[in-house]
Amino acid sequence: MTAQRNADGRRLDMSPTVSDEVKQTTCYMCACRCGINVHLRDGKIRYIEGNRDHPVNRGVLCAKGSAGIMQHYSPARLSKPLLRTGERGSGEFREIEWEEALALATQWLGDVRKSDPKKLAFFTGRDQSQSLTSWWAQQFGTPNYAAHGGFCSVNMATGGIYTFGGAFWEFGAPDWERTELFLIFGVAEDHDSNPIKLGLSKLKSRGVKIIGVNPVRTGYNAVADEWVGITPGTDGLFVLSLIRELIRAGKIDVDYLVRYTNAPWLVIDAPGEADHGLFLRDKDGSPMVIDRKSGKAVAAGKKGVKPHVAGSVKLKGKRKAVPAFELLAKKYDDDSYSPEVTGEITGVPAAQTRRIAAEIADAAFNREVVIEQPWTDMKGERHERMIGRPVSFHAMRGVSAHSNGFQTARAIHVLQILLGSIDAPGGFRFEPPYPRSVGMLPKPHGKNSKANTPLGGPHLGFPEGPEHLLLEADNLTPVRIDKAFSWDAPMSAHGLMHMVISNAHARDPYPIDVLFLYMANMAWNSSMNTSSVMKMLSDKDENGEYVIPKIIYSDAYSSEMVAFADLVLPDTTYLERHDCISLLDRPISEPDSLCDAIRWPVLKPDRDVRGFQSVLLDLGARLKLPGMVQDDGSAIYADYADYMANHQRKPGIGPLAGWRGADGSKAGRGEPNPGQVDAYIANGGFFKKHIPMEAQFFKHANIAWQDFAVEHGLQDGRAEITFQLYLEPMRKFQLAAEGKLAPQPPESHRARILETFQPLPHWYPPFEGEAVDLNEFPLHALTQRPAAMYHSWGSQNAWLRQIHGTNPMYVPGPVCDAAGIGDGDWAWVTSVHGKIRVPVKRMEAVNPKTMWTWNAIGKRGGAWALNPEAPEAQKGFLLNHLIHELLPPKGDGLRWANSDPVTGQAAWFDLRVRIEKAEAPDGQSLPHAENQKPVVGAPVRDIAYGKEWTK
Amino acid sequence: MTSLPQPSGKKLGLVIDLDICVGCHACVVNCKEWNTGGYGAPLADADAYGSHPEGAWLNRIHSFEVTPANAPAQIVHFPKSCLHCEDAPCVTVCPTGASYKRSEDGIVLVEEDKCIGCGLCAWACPYGAREMDPLANVMKKCTLCVDRIYNENLAKEDQVPACVRTCPANARHFGDLGDSGSEVSKIVADRGGFDLMPEAGTRPVNKYLPPRKKTAPAASPPSVGVEELAPTGFLSWLDRALEKLG
Repeated sequence: MTAQRNADGRRLDMSPTVSDEVKQTTCYMCACRCGINVHLRDGKIRYIEGNRDHPVNRGVLCAKGSAGIMQHYSPARLSKPLLRTGERGSGEFREIEWEEALALATQWLGDVRKSDPKKLAFFTGRDQSQSLTSWWAQQFGTPNYAAHGGFCSVNMATGGIYTFGGAFWEFGAPDWERTELFLIFGVAEDHDSNPIKLGLSKLKSRGVKIIGVNPVRTGYNAVADEWVGITPGTDGLFVLSLIRELIRAGKIDVDYLVRYTNAPWLVIDAPGEADHGLFLRDKDGSPMVIDRKSGKAVAAGKKGVKPHVAGSVKLKGKRKAVPAFELLAKKYDDDSYSPEVTGEITGVPAAQTRRIAAEIADAAFNREVVIEQPWTDMKGERHERMIGRPVSFHAMRGVSAHSNGFQTARAIHVLQILLGSIDAPGGFRFEPPYPRSVGMLPKPHGKNSKANTPLGGPHLGFPEGPEHLLLEADNLTPVRIDKAFSWDAPMSAHGLMHMVISNAHARDPYPIDVLFLYMANMAWNSSMNTSSVMKMLSDKDENGEYVIPKIIYSDAYSSEMVAFADLVLPDTTYLERHDCISLLDRPISEPDSLCDAIRWPVLKPDRDVRGFQSVLLDLGARLKLPGMVQDDGSAIYADYADYMANHQRKPGIGPLAGWRGADGSKAGRGEPNPGQVDAYIANGGFFKKHIPMEAQFFKHANIAWQDFAVEHGLQDGRAEITFQLYLEPMRKFQLAAEGKLAPQPPESHRARILETFQPLPHWYPPFEGEAVDLNEFPLHALTQRPAAMYHSWGSQNAWLRQIHGTNPMYVPGPVCDAAGIGDGDWAWVTSVHGKIRVPVKRMEAVNPKTMWTWNAIGKRGGAWALNPEAPEAQKGFLLNHLIHELLPPKGDGLRWANSDPVTGQAAWFDLRVRIEKAEAPDGQSLPHAENQKPVVGAPVRDIAYGKEWTK
Repeated sequence: MTSLPQPSGKKLGLVIDLDICVGCHACVVNCKEWNTGGYGAPLADADAYGSHPEGAWLNRIHSFEVTPANAPAQIVHFPKSCLHCEDAPCVTVCPTGASYKRSEDGIVLVEEDKCIGCGLCAWACPYGAREMDPLANVMKKCTLCVDRIYNENLAKEDQVPACVRTCPANARHFGDLGDSGSEVSKIVADRGGFDLMPEAGTRPVNKYLPPRKKTAPAASPPSVGVEELAPTGFLSWLDRALEKLG
């Protein structure tokens, strides 16, 4: 420090040098993908701050991002490829060279590919490179690929895509600038993090009311103007009750419904017939509507038609057809949805439900937002202005992670549509490349995998009926190891990662040979039933061979999963790697701009590690996968950066949208530009293309948007999207279950499909609560993400662990009193599946039947470079031990997945428990896993980071 | 004993909005990140990966549960750092003169060369806003990022405390609370900003903005509420609505 004296004669340097250089890249401390400025001094990180120009975070940075220094320099970083020497789970390895590691992986994977590619199960966890990993798996030819969406929020994503061609978070956002009322459902303090906080702040500054619907009143719910402390798993019923109130009061936007939704589409009413409940279509396949002038059924798209949304038309015989909206109105205008009735189940007082319905109606219809911007719709009609209904919603895991989550997500979306608030000013706004209807998106691929042959298309897609399922020739046996797109979970658009290990262990539907995982802590907090999963990973068969023969795992840190791998491929930290945050993957666009971004190595690794994506391309070349090798067998891509700039998914379309074309002048479409990555770096690591105002709203029906999307390679032609209040694919699955449509589900699945695949949003009680004795397990138990930490990857962080080093079970005061448990006591929490001993913290600001804890704080001793005596390993615990991947047996000889029956989403939050006081003289939570042997050296004891720059 | 300077006209400080603070800890960690490589000794972390990790922090968030008699219980997140008091007892109690209040802007600092780690100042502070560094054994406290706010190596817009720059909820404001025309003074006036523990007589410069009133579950609906239509009313309403569309 320069010796200076200030006015008081004190030594003080008020203008010190901050850094030698600033490099701008993308954060990876959670899933938001904020822009960061990494200040470097003497080759070390001096400071990380938010990038003010970045569309996601606009300069701010959360606790996780601000702790990036400790993540980058973590002692838990792996430093060399590892080959297992001890038993699985022990943590005994020897270091090997990359060449040996890659040769071994190539041999294992090559043997599978040339015999039976489906014996590879390749699943990636918090992967932000799914457009690469999925393509790699497709070229390999295995049907068994997915990322972590199945155990995260697939219900939210899929419910939205099927309903209106978008969803929350990465597919759209509230119109924070214009909304007049905001409801947030089931969001802890994450998903997404900074954008929600920025948005809430804007609402507060404009005096806009925020309503938080959540059993727990922390985080966003703590600052909400009103809290609805709902009972877990009942959000759908609450929303349907709001819909009932609004319909009965006529507070719906009929004009919007007629223009943009399938409300007028005629649904065939012919009970017992094979098309009962399907849309009436003309000979060209166009849905039909009642023309108000003639009273006759005509094609929905006929020029000048003014469709009705109620009534009926007679068809041949006793058949008739009624508009979808009439079915909807009749279903919900029923006393079973009255706030008094629903309140008994949701715990929301009837008066509160009614008032919230009134507040929604008031904001939507008395405070409409008008933007003086002419635009033209897809029918060619010119609109002088954009008129919006300023009510907006956000929802995420709390709604998703239930066995009724898909239907609940649908209910939330249908409510938004009835208000006319989708992509209208003040409502929910699509983010490019969305909207995309199910018809524009792929169908699942994976049937008939053959040796040495790529799949015919992407693994994950959106079935529109039983004909799109991935079943063997018997129409019953799943093609995929996770049983995605089977009768267990027909519309499982993100796969079922939580079922992979247990199915592979059970060799059901078949045994696999190689389990290849990336960045997924499946031996710990990312699996249900953790203790059993650890056993499955280490179980041997009668010949003494592991039941899951080979496990390859890539991670940057010594996680619990590392100990169970045979071969460990050490990844870099997020500051040492290339990545592309691609429009082909999970986008980061904003409603008013098309955006994507990169990561690039702002620091060189000081260890013998390689970015996983480059390793995957290397393996692809060694395996001679099509698209990864030249005709002469040499690798096409030197590394991931090379792929980012030069790979083309189809002509002109590649991983990155910015600076395409030989001279970098094109956006979206254009030939590869060898200087593309440098152009991103020069622009702060991201690309942002502003959408013209005329194209910013009503994108589903707006010609200016459609043309922008085509011009920028987001779609190949104009495609009007009609919002699906009534979801016909659901009805097709019901018809299959009724035996009217082929293929048909097994007898065992029929009743469940009939009940849960209702084509209009429907609420049914979460499965676990139906399967257990509620007198024995009267309470709910949940986890939340701490805002300051992200999964297990954050909880080894030297700074973040001082904020959340332990995770008490927060238990409602009255429950504590009834059980004689005091604040700080220990308790047994028991589910039908298991019991855990946990420390208790009393809490009042929580639903009276719900206890909760922070997710993923508990650690296995010896993992993550933490001292095994650390509180995370001693006192910290996982709720996962109480949650089974299967529901309790119900006497039908089957074990049903603990998942949503539509999408396969892991139903983490269906959990039912009881609580009793426990003694814990050793201060240790139970179960307590045996320590694993650390695979990294012991960390330094004390840290004084930045000493060289201070004094 | 150290004397306080003549009160300065300029009173730099923070205004913290309890209505929007979601307790995310962004300010806490970003503060540590900036300051561990900045003013004075690093903000050390003893036993960083062990059983009793203990680090020095200049800013912490306390989360309280409030249980009003006639409303549901709620959580209040309360960020707390040095309030740069006008009558700072931490300064007058310092036996070596290490603890001082700057005459030009009122920032309270510790000149670490003179600090003997006796801890008297931390005892004197009624807010518990000072922490002893576990390794350097000197007293650490919020500097209001004195090495940022005047730092000519930073862009003008970045010359604010790290916690203010990073707060995702915009719950933190920085400025001159001695100037009644400043933005921060106006926010305090508009929102009823208050002193923390005025009874301690320390005259803190930092101010807190109170949470706005929450809606009780049983509150009345807006005047233009949802009126139920007659039992057969919906379809006739629908007809009229469609007619209006032409």
